[in-house]
Amino acid sequence: MTPQNSFADSGADLELTGISKRFPGFTAIENLDLTIPAGSFFALLGPSGCGKTTTLRLVAGLEEPTTGQILIGGKDLTRTKPYQRPVNTVFQSYALFPHMTVLDNVAFGLKRRRMSDPIGKAHEALRLVELDHLAGRKPQQLSGGQQQRVALARAVVNRPALLLLDEPLGALDLKLRRQMQLELKTIQNEVGLTFVHVTHDQEEAMTMADTVAVMNKGRIEQMGAPEDLYELPHTAFVANFLGQSNLFTGPVSSSTSNSISVEVGGRRIVVPKDRAQVHDGTVTIGVRPEKLTLLTAAPANDSGENVIGPGRVIDVSFSGVSTQYVVAVPGVGDIIVFAQNMVFGPVVEVGAEVWMSWTVDHGFGLSDSPELVSAGA
Amino acid sequence: MAITAFGAGGGPAAAVDAAPKRRSWVALFLLLPGILYLVLFFIVPLVSLIITSLETQSPDGAFAYGFQWQNYVDSVGTFGTQIWRSFFFAILATVIALLFSYPLAYFIGVKARRWPLLQSFMLILVVAPFFISFLLRTLAWKTILSDDGPVVSALKGLSLLGPQAHITGEPIAVVFGLTYNFIPFMCLPIYTTLERLDIRYLEASSDLYAGGWATFRKVTIPLSLPGIVSGTLLTFIPAAGDYVNASQDFLGGTSSTMIGNVIQSNFLVQENYPVAAALSIVLMFVILVVVSVYVKRSGTDDLL
Ligand SMILES: Nc1ncnc2c1ncn2[C@@H]1O[C@H](COP(=O)(O)OP(=O)(O)OP(=O)(O)O)[C@@H](O)[C@H]1O
Ligand SMILES: [Mg+2]
Repeated sequence: MTPQNSFADSGADLELTGISKRFPGFTAIENLDLTIPAGSFFALLGPSGCGKTTTLRLVAGLEEPTTGQILIGGKDLTRTKPYQRPVNTVFQSYALFPHMTVLDNVAFGLKRRRMSDPIGKAHEALRLVELDHLAGRKPQQLSGGQQQRVALARAVVNRPALLLLDEPLGALDLKLRRQMQLELKTIQNEVGLTFVHVTHDQEEAMTMADTVAVMNKGRIEQMGAPEDLYELPHTAFVANFLGQSNLFTGPVSSSTSNSISVEVGGRRIVVPKDRAQVHDGTVTIGVRPEKLTLLTAAPANDSGENVIGPGRVIDVSFSGVSTQYVVAVPGVGDIIVFAQNMVFGPVVEVGAEVWMSWTVDHGFGLSDSPELVSAGA
Repeated sequence: MAITAFGAGGGPAAAVDAAPKRRSWVALFLLLPGILYLVLFFIVPLVSLIITSLETQSPDGAFAYGFQWQNYVDSVGTFGTQIWRSFFFAILATVIALLFSYPLAYFIGVKARRWPLLQSFMLILVVAPFFISFLLRTLAWKTILSDDGPVVSALKGLSLLGPQAHITGEPIAVVFGLTYNFIPFMCLPIYTTLERLDIRYLEASSDLYAGGWATFRKVTIPLSLPGIVSGTLLTFIPAAGDYVNASQDFLGGTSSTMIGNVIQSNFLVQENYPVAAALSIVLMFVILVVVSVYVKRSGTDDLL
C-alpha cells in the first residue's frame, strides 16, 4: 500500500485481536481484543505505566506485537511499516523536529504524501491551534503548551483515517484545553475520522468520547459508553479510577428473582441482580458518593431505599458547588457523601450523628473486591 | 531586612549597576590565558611568516626585509599544479572518508545501541590505529601496496593491473593514504552526533509517511549535520596541507606531489624561505575561504 495523496474521506475502524506485547522480562500488553468502529471517538484511560502508549505504538506500527493482529479499515496491517498506515500520532513527548520551523514541522506529512499546497494547509492547521503567528519559529523557542499544540496540528493536518492522540492536551491550561477539545470534536465530526485518545483526565474522556475503555496492567478492565462505565462499574478498579465510590463487602444473605441482599455492618443492602456481576458468596457492592442522602434522624423503613448508619461525621470540606462529608460508620468504615449546596454552608457539623440512604437502583455489585485488587498488586 | 531588600535603597541599586562592569572584567580575566596563547603561538608566528614571505634575496644568497610581492606571483605560478592537486586530493579523500565513515558511525551510534558491548568494541576499533604512529602505519601501507607486495601481485594476477603498473607513487595511493589516515577524524564527530540522535524523531518521521530514505534525508542527515561538518573540516584541513602521504618516502611519487611537500622541500631542503612562506600563506588563505564558504552553505555557522 502506498500512502494515498488525498485526505481520508472517512474514518477507518480499528480491530485488535489477541494482541500481546512482551518486552524483555516484562509483559506490557496482555491478550488485548478491541474493536473501535469507524468514526468513533474512543478514549483510553488508565494509570501511568498501564500500557496506553504501548497500545498506540502498536497501532501506529512503531512497535511490533508479540502475538495478535491489527486490522485498520478491514485490512491486516500487522506487519506493515508506520509510513504505510493511514494513521497519525500526536506523541506524548511531541517529537517535533528540532531542525525545522513550526511550519515545516506541520507541512512535513503533507509534503511526504505530495499533497497540493502543503504550506497553505499547514498555515490553516496552525490557525486552528492559534499558533499561526509563531509559524517561523523553531520548536525549542516555544513553551510546552505551544509545542503540544504544534504536535496536534502536525498530526491533524494530515486528516488520517485513524488519529492516535497520546495525552494531547496534558500541558494546556483549562481554558485552552476546553477550546482544543471542541476543535478536536469538530474535526472528528466533520470528516467522521476515528480518534483514539489517551488521557489522564477522566472528565475529558467522559465528555469527549463515545466509548471509554479503562485499562489496567496491560488489560482492558471495562469498556463502554461513559455513562454506563460510570454508573455501572464492573470492577473495584474501575469504580475507584473513574470518580469515587463507596464500596462495601459482605455475604449475600438472601436473594429474590431480581435482587440480592448483602449483609453490611448488621444491615441488609439490596442491589438489583442486573446491576450485580456476582449473585452469591461474598460480594462487594458500591454506590457513588453523590447518590447518598444525609439524614439526621433514622429513616422509616422503605423497601426502595438502602440505609446505612448511624455514623459520625468526621470531616466536612466545602468545595463551592458541593460539600464532601466523611462519615465513620462502626463496622463498615468511612463513607464519603457529596451533597449539593442547596443552602448556605454545610447542613451538618463535624461530630453529628447521621444516617445515609440511597435508592436501591443506584447501587452496583462488582465482580471482584478491593482487597483482591490490592492483594494482586 | 525584607523591606530593604525590595526598597530602592542606594546600596543595592549601586550594586546592580556595578554588576555588568564587574562581569566584563571577570570575562576578560578568564580570557587572558587564551589571548596570551593566541598572541604567542599564532599571531607572532603568523606575522613572522608574512614578513618572511615578503623578503628579498640578494645576489649573495642572503635574505633581507622587503616587500617582494613577486614571491607570491612566482610561487603560485610555479606550483599552481601542486596547489590544485592538493585541494583535489583533499576533497576526494574527504568525500571518500565521509562515504565510508557515515554508515560506520551510524551503525555504531544508532544500530548498535542495543548491544553496548559491541558499541564499545567497534569504537575501540575506530580509535585503535591511533595507538601506532601515523608514520609507521603509512610505511606499512607502502609495503603492502609496493610493487612486490600482495596487493599489486594479486591485481596483476587477475590482470586488473598491467605488468608495468604501480600503485605506490601514483595519485591513487596518496588519496588512499589520506583517506585511511583521516577516517577516525571523520568517524568520531559523526558518531558523537548520531549517538545522541533521538530515535523518536525518526519514529515521528515514519509516522508522517516518510519512508526510510526520506527519513534519512530529511531528519537523520540534518540532525547529524554538526558532526558531518566538523568531521569534514577535521579531515579536509589537515589533508590539504599533508606532506607525509604524498612524500616520495611514503606513498607519493613525482606525479602526486602536494603543496605540503613543496613547502617542506623549500623550507628544509632548498632553504628558499620566502617561497615556502608565501606558499604557506596561500594555502592558509585558500583553506580559510573554502571552509567559510562551506560552513556558511551548510548552515552551521554557530559551529565556528
Ligand atoms: N521498550 C520498553 N522496554 C521495556 N519496557 C517497556 C518499554 N516500553 C514500555 N515499557 C513498559 O511497559 C509499560 C507500559 O508503558 P506505556 O508507555 O505504554 O505506559 P502508559 O500507559 O503510556 O503510561 P503513562 O500514562 O505514564 O504514559 C510500562 O511499565 C513500561 O515500563
Ligand atoms: Mg504514555
